[in-house]
Amino acid sequence: MALLIFHLEPRSGVPYYVQLADQVRQGIHFGLLRPGDQLPTVREVVAEVAVNPNTVLRAYRELEYGGLVVMKPGSGTFVADGAAAAIDQELYGLLRRELEHWIDSGRARGVDDETLAALFDHVLHGKQREGVA
Amino acid sequence: MSVAVEAADLGKCYGATWGLRHCSIQVPAGRIVALVGPNGAGKTTLLHLAVGLVQATEGGVRLFGWAPTEAPDLVLSRVGFLAQAVPLYDSFSVADMLQVGRRLNQRWDQSVAETRLRRLHIPLDRRVGRLSGGQRAQVALALALGKKPDLILLDEPLANLDPLARHEFLGELMESVSAGPLTVVLSSHLIGDLERVCDYMVLLNGGRVQVSGSLDDLTATHHLLVGPRAEAGAGMEGIQVIKRSEGERQATLWVRAEPRALPGGWQASSLSLEQMVLAYMANPDARPAVRPELEGVVP
Repeated sequence: MALLIFHLEPRSGVPYYVQLADQVRQGIHFGLLRPGDQLPTVREVVAEVAVNPNTVLRAYRELEYGGLVVMKPGSGTFVADGAAAAIDQELYGLLRRELEHWIDSGRARGVDDETLAALFDHVLHGKQREGVA
Repeated sequence: MSVAVEAADLGKCYGATWGLRHCSIQVPAGRIVALVGPNGAGKTTLLHLAVGLVQATEGGVRLFGWAPTEAPDLVLSRVGFLAQAVPLYDSFSVADMLQVGRRLNQRWDQSVAETRLRRLHIPLDRRVGRLSGGQRAQVALALALGKKPDLILLDEPLANLDPLARHEFLGELMESVSAGPLTVVLSSHLIGDLERVCDYMVLLNGGRVQVSGSLDDLTATHHLLVGPRAEAGAGMEGIQVIKRSEGERQATLWVRAEPRALPGGWQASSLSLEQMVLAYMANPDARPAVRPELEGVVP
């Protein structure tokens, strides 16, 4: 099974190659992708998300330039040895479960997803300001 | 750089009206081309001329250097064409249709076509008349790709498909491109879908080529300018205004210009492909100054 399933958001205004690269970065950040893991081939990605093959290549090249992946001609694209996760797998799982619980509880009370996202941002930014002050 | 499609002053006259005129384009091999324009702009005429289904009244068109009417065997064995109506025989099974493809094409690859349809869960023994619209389109695409073309021309293949079927169709097409080499010309009104897959555009309007070029170049040179109305027209040398809309105080301009030529005092932002296409379509007389090194367009 593929380690990473890409998705694209047409209305976000973020270029497609940036969206793809961000999803890889996030995967590495959360420890879902580890050094040595192989990314989906260009052919697999374009069949899945219906995007121009050059868009995928551009995303992979940008990640390579940033030292996060290594492109090996003929064999594929791999997460680089130096690419480290920000948090470990266990902590990721714990925080994710707590967040899922919070989302479920909001939805059960009839709050829509957009409001939940806005609320999360609002509180996070409030905390950041507290931190600065 | 080899050229997949080259039209030189190409024209087709139907009775008293020109379906297409003075059409000159050069599409580099390996590109995925969005062929766009309003209904009746000449998109289907251009595709039919390219595969020799109709004869040019003026000028000519060459695919990989060969004219389809002079050397049909050489040209057509390398070219896949999917007509607007998705012509398939309803009483045939999918396997029968593949058999037709195998018998009619020298370069046929049965396993490519079969693998493709199996992956999409399209039963080979099902009659074509009983397939969904999306499945019909996939069978037609598999037939066009089964001949292992170097160029595939698709005339509004997405028109009658639901969003999921469109996504799957384009996914299949892109998969074939990445397995390439393959040049694609795709006509459609669905600019959002085209923006996702295409890297080149030919925009026809009223039977003429209005703009053509790589999407990277076109995106880099098309801008939306917002500024005070009094300033409109000042410092605009070297800038082509495609569309303008003026309010009481504020003017909005859709322009084509090199970024360094943009005038000061205006708020500039980039144009999406959709905004660009709409601006050109609404203003058929807007025709950019020619820069042949970028576009190969002769107005």
